Amino acid sequence: MSAGAYRMRAGRRIAAACIATALLAGCAMGPTREDPFEPMNRVSYKLHQQIDGKVIKPVAEAYVQYTPQIVRTAVSNFFGNIDDMFSFVNDVLQGKPDKAGNDLGRVITNTGFGVLGLIDIAGSANIPKGNEDFGQTFGVWGIPQGPYLFIPVFGPTTVRDGSGWLIRGYASPVNFINDAPTRDVLWALNFVDLRASALQTENVLNQAALDPYTFIRRSYLQRRQYLVYDGKPPPPKEDEE
Amino acid sequence: MTFDSNRRATGPLRLCMMLVALVAVPAFAQEAPDALVKRVSQEALSIIKTDPRVQAGDQAHIRDLIQAKIAPHFDMDRMTALAAGRAYRQATPEQRKRLADEFESLLIRTYANALNQYRDQTISYEPLRAEPTANEVTVRTQVNRPGQTPVSIDYSMEKTPSGWKAYDVIVGGVSLVTNYRDEFTQQVRQGGVDGLIKALAAKNAAPPPAPK
Repeated sequence: MSAGAYRMRAGRRIAAACIATALLAGCAMGPTREDPFEPMNRVSYKLHQQIDGKVIKPVAEAYVQYTPQIVRTAVSNFFGNIDDMFSFVNDVLQGKPDKAGNDLGRVITNTGFGVLGLIDIAGSANIPKGNEDFGQTFGVWGIPQGPYLFIPVFGPTTVRDGSGWLIRGYASPVNFINDAPTRDVLWALNFVDLRASALQTENVLNQAALDPYTFIRRSYLQRRQYLVYDGKPPPPKEDEE
Repeated sequence: MTFDSNRRATGPLRLCMMLVALVAVPAFAQEAPDALVKRVSQEALSIIKTDPRVQAGDQAHIRDLIQAKIAPHFDMDRMTALAAGRAYRQATPEQRKRLADEFESLLIRTYANALNQYRDQTISYEPLRAEPTANEVTVRTQVNRPGQTPVSIDYSMEKTPSGWKAYDVIVGGVSLVTNYRDEFTQQVRQGGVDGLIKALAAKNAAPPPAPK
């Protein structure tokens, strides 16, 4: 195990080096370096806007409008508990015992005493949420983020983060429910919950952005970089006088 | 400070001067950056919670308030220089001014929109970790919204003769300046500095997206 831990630490250093190189390269060569499929992604983005505007967003808005806050909170907590479970797995994969302890504590508390995660008791007790995922773990291990992708319906990702999503999708407890209708309803609910949580942000984004595609891309990549470094990313290169 | 020039003053006089200095210095000293962020944020929050026109969603009124209370604490020239990069260095003084003005309007409109949406928030402030002599600091805050994961909002601040000023805001790890750098680069590539100014002006002239 100690060899593994050493490798992880080395991996983190390699990750830092890779991302730093990618950043420098990105600054020098413009956005195409991290978004080589930009023309295709822009088509996907337009398609996404169509589908989202006509179907997904109205559903999410109706959900917010017609479902009481307490129910929506319970739904968010339920899926948040599954997030915490994966966060625990990734804490372990990244060699972060403190965070792993917190996340495992959250899952046990919320699953046991919070009615399968519907109530976030651990949150009320101020046990911080880990928010780790497979994409971040790959980043910590030194795997480069790969090309940026915009997937219709799902939104922004990279090859690295998207692979993480796929693993997570297959391994989710929701996938192990035998009753197909229950499983489908839960997936749909999970999706609507996620979309609803982005409604406010989206409004601010539309006000802020000259070109929402570029704005989303930079926001997404910055956010992921920040998460991979647990909130302490290396300072960006300043381009001033 | 006053102490140095009065080193030769005699006992009682010196004591007297020291007392005066003790009383006077806090009034003249610059407000610490974290204290400034806290004061301005609290002021903004209390206005959001009490001003009926803000609560009614009066965007023009909200923008005026931000212009008066918050905008003076930002260094728009530096923000614009950072966001526009090389284009800023090549721009004429007049272009720089128009660019900074339009950028400021856009940020104010965006901020007004954001405030309007996050009314039930509280902010916690992390203690400042910086040397007392530092000229650049990051003030870290956290916005707590009921039932949601807290969002960090960090302010990159610099010391200026007219007090500490922010030159970047980093929300959940997303730097505003970095985001706009991509946007600005793209606009400059398409239509030069004037093209960028025009795009910003058009954005500012458009009605804000309907609040939900």
